[in-house]
Amino acid sequence: MGVGSFFTSKLDEAIGWARKYSIFQYPFVTACCGMEYMATACSHYDVDRFGAGLPRFSPRQADVLFVVGTISHKMAPVLKRIYDQMTEPKWVVAFGVCTCTGGFYDNYATVQGIDTIIPVDVYIPGCPPRPESVIDGLMKLQDKIAVQAQRY
Amino acid sequence: MTILAGLQRRFGDAIVETHEHRGDLTVVVARDALLAVLAHCRDDAALAFDVLMDLTAVDYVKFPGREDGPRFEVVYHLFSIAHTHRLRLKVRVDEDDAHVPSAVALWPIANWLEREVWDMFGVRFEGHPDPRRLLMYEEFVGHPLRKDYPINRRQPLIGPAS
Repeated sequence: MGVGSFFTSKLDEAIGWARKYSIFQYPFVTACCGMEYMATACSHYDVDRFGAGLPRFSPRQADVLFVVGTISHKMAPVLKRIYDQMTEPKWVVAFGVCTCTGGFYDNYATVQGIDTIIPVDVYIPGCPPRPESVIDGLMKLQDKIAVQAQRY
Repeated sequence: MTILAGLQRRFGDAIVETHEHRGDLTVVVARDALLAVLAHCRDDAALAFDVLMDLTAVDYVKFPGREDGPRFEVVYHLFSIAHTHRLRLKVRVDEDDAHVPSAVALWPIANWLEREVWDMFGVRFEGHPDPRRLLMYEEFVGHPLRKDYPINRRQPLIGPAS
C-alpha cells in the first residue's frame, strides 16, 4: 500500500464522517407509517441529533430517500422516477413492513417489497415501526455511509 | 304507509322482493325499472332521498344457496336529509349480461362510484359519461374483486411479477 492510498482512505473517512451527519432526507410518505415518521422527526425523538433534521421536499436536493408506507403498482413508476431524480450519492431506507415485503397486503394492488423496483440500503420492519426502530435504522444507515468507499 | 309498501304499490312487479330488518329497508328492483324507481325515490316529497350514500356490488359466485341465481348484485344506499330515513336498493345482473343503467343524471356522485364498480367487478353502466377505470391503471386486465380473480395474480407496471 503506497502513500497515495493512505491519503485516499483518510479522505474517504473524513467525507464519510461529514456525510453521515448531514443527511437530507426525502420522505416519500404514502400511508399510515407517515404518522410514525412525523413522531420520529419531531422534537420528542429529535432526528436532528443525527444531522437528519431537515427533510427536503425535492428529490434533487436530497440524498436519502425514505419510502414510508405501502407502495401500490400504480405508484411504483412514480417512486422509480423520484429515485432517478436524486443525485449521487444516494441511499434508500425502506420504512415499515409494507415497503420491505408488501406486509400483509399480499394482493393484486401492492408491490411486494420496494427492492423489486429500486435498491434498498436499510430495512426498518414494523407495522408501523416505533421511533426507536427508526432511529436504530438511521444509525445503521450512518454506519453504512461512514465506511462507504468514495468514487473520485 | 311505509316506504316499502308504497314502492310496491306504485311499481308492482318491478319490485322483485322487499325485506325489513330492525328498521333497515331493502328492495330488490328489476333492472328495467331501476331508473324509474331511483328517480321516484329522489323526487317524491315523502321519500326525498337526496343523497346517494354508496353504490357498490357483490359477487355471489359460489355463494352457498345462490349458485344458480344471477351472479352480481349492484347495491344502492340512499339517505334523505329531510326525513333522515334510509333505503337500500339492489339490482341483480348476470355475468353475460352485466350492465345496469347509469344513475349519474340523478346523483352526480354516481360518476366515480360507478367507475369503481366497473373497475372492481366489471359491471358496465349504460350511459355513463366517462366509463374508465377509477382505481386500477389502464393497463390492468380483469376485475380484481371478482371472486374468480386469482388471488396471487400480479400485474406490475414495472418490476417482476411476483
